Amino acid sequence: MVRPYAMTRGRTSHAVQHRLDLIAVVVAEPHVDDPEDDHSLSPEHVRIVEMCRDTPQSVAELGAELDLPVGVVRVLVGDLVDEELVHVNRPVPPAELVDESILRDVISGLRAL
Amino acid sequence: MILGRTERGTPPVEPVTLKILVAGGFGVGKTTLVGAVSEIKPLRTEEVLTEAGRPVDDTTGVEGKHTTTVAMDFGRITLREDLVLYLFGTPGQDRFWFLWDELASGALGAVVLADTRRLEDCFAAVDYFERRSIPFVIGVNCFDTAAHYPPETVRQALDLDPDVPVVLCDARRRESVKDVLVAVVQHAMAYTAEHRQTVTT
Ligand SMILES: Nc1nc2c(ncn2[C@@H]2O[C@H](COP(=O)(O)OP(=O)(O)O)[C@@H](O)[C@H]2O)c(=O)[nH]1
Ligand SMILES: [Mg+2]
Repeated sequence: MVRPYAMTRGRTSHAVQHRLDLIAVVVAEPHVDDPEDDHSLSPEHVRIVEMCRDTPQSVAELGAELDLPVGVVRVLVGDLVDEELVHVNRPVPPAELVDESILRDVISGLRAL
Repeated sequence: MILGRTERGTPPVEPVTLKILVAGGFGVGKTTLVGAVSEIKPLRTEEVLTEAGRPVDDTTGVEGKHTTTVAMDFGRITLREDLVLYLFGTPGQDRFWFLWDELASGALGAVVLADTRRLEDCFAAVDYFERRSIPFVIGVNCFDTAAHYPPETVRQALDLDPDVPVVLCDARRRESVKDVLVAVVQHAMAYTAEHRQTVTT
């Protein structure tokens, strides 16, 4: 068992980590073949790339699935962004959603559940 | 090791994600509500906070007694392949305000669950969302053993603005929770539209 923050080698501040929302979506870059060949990556880095390949995953889901605190997930995702192995889609601010009438779709989607 | 990879040229759908917060006192039914509509069993995600309640942003001395781990329950509703709604139960204790800020930033709105036997348990959440101008509805969770009060009585007791919806609900029932969530989204739409008008006129 590794202490979670040992995995990040004590780093926590990361440009991309800054306010990375729990519902920010991590997407593996399509060009990435075998992240485990990259020896600078920890097994957790590799897991994240694998998990996000078929289905993009939110930061919250990655934390739950990997059983890691959100802060650690943010650092690991930041590394992967730096390495261009994944990209992150930040959530659209709610004020912009009204314009896009996405909220109407949310209501009809909820009613149809 | 790599199984079922998407074939090249068919990139996965990158969904738009939204979140609604579920707040209220301990035992009021937050986790039950999330579980009633989530397509996944409610998951837990954890934040490590310092004693002062701030997220850990410096790892020196992180291990051990100076930090607390706070768990948040959340659920997911895929409305469409490209539209996913997350529900987050807020941690119950007031000293985790910093975490609330993080959860609340970018949230579409919130449900404050209330139990009429101990309404005071949701005062802090009501205050919080009012102060941050985050649209919220009150969900009165109708426990079988509690006396049932009309919504107007709850509104008065909580000193709510007249436009804040008060919805009676049963956190265990999917249909009931769907209605509460629709009320949140409708209120958020009206709230944002009104807010914008105030800004432009
Ligand atoms: N009778 C009744 N029990 C409920 C209702 N909602 C929640 N409960 C029960 O109340 C307890 C606490 O609920 P929970 O969701 O864990 O509360 P939380 O602390 O707010 O997450 C559980 O045993 C639930 O089964 C409800 O609407 N009616
Ligand atoms: Mg709970």
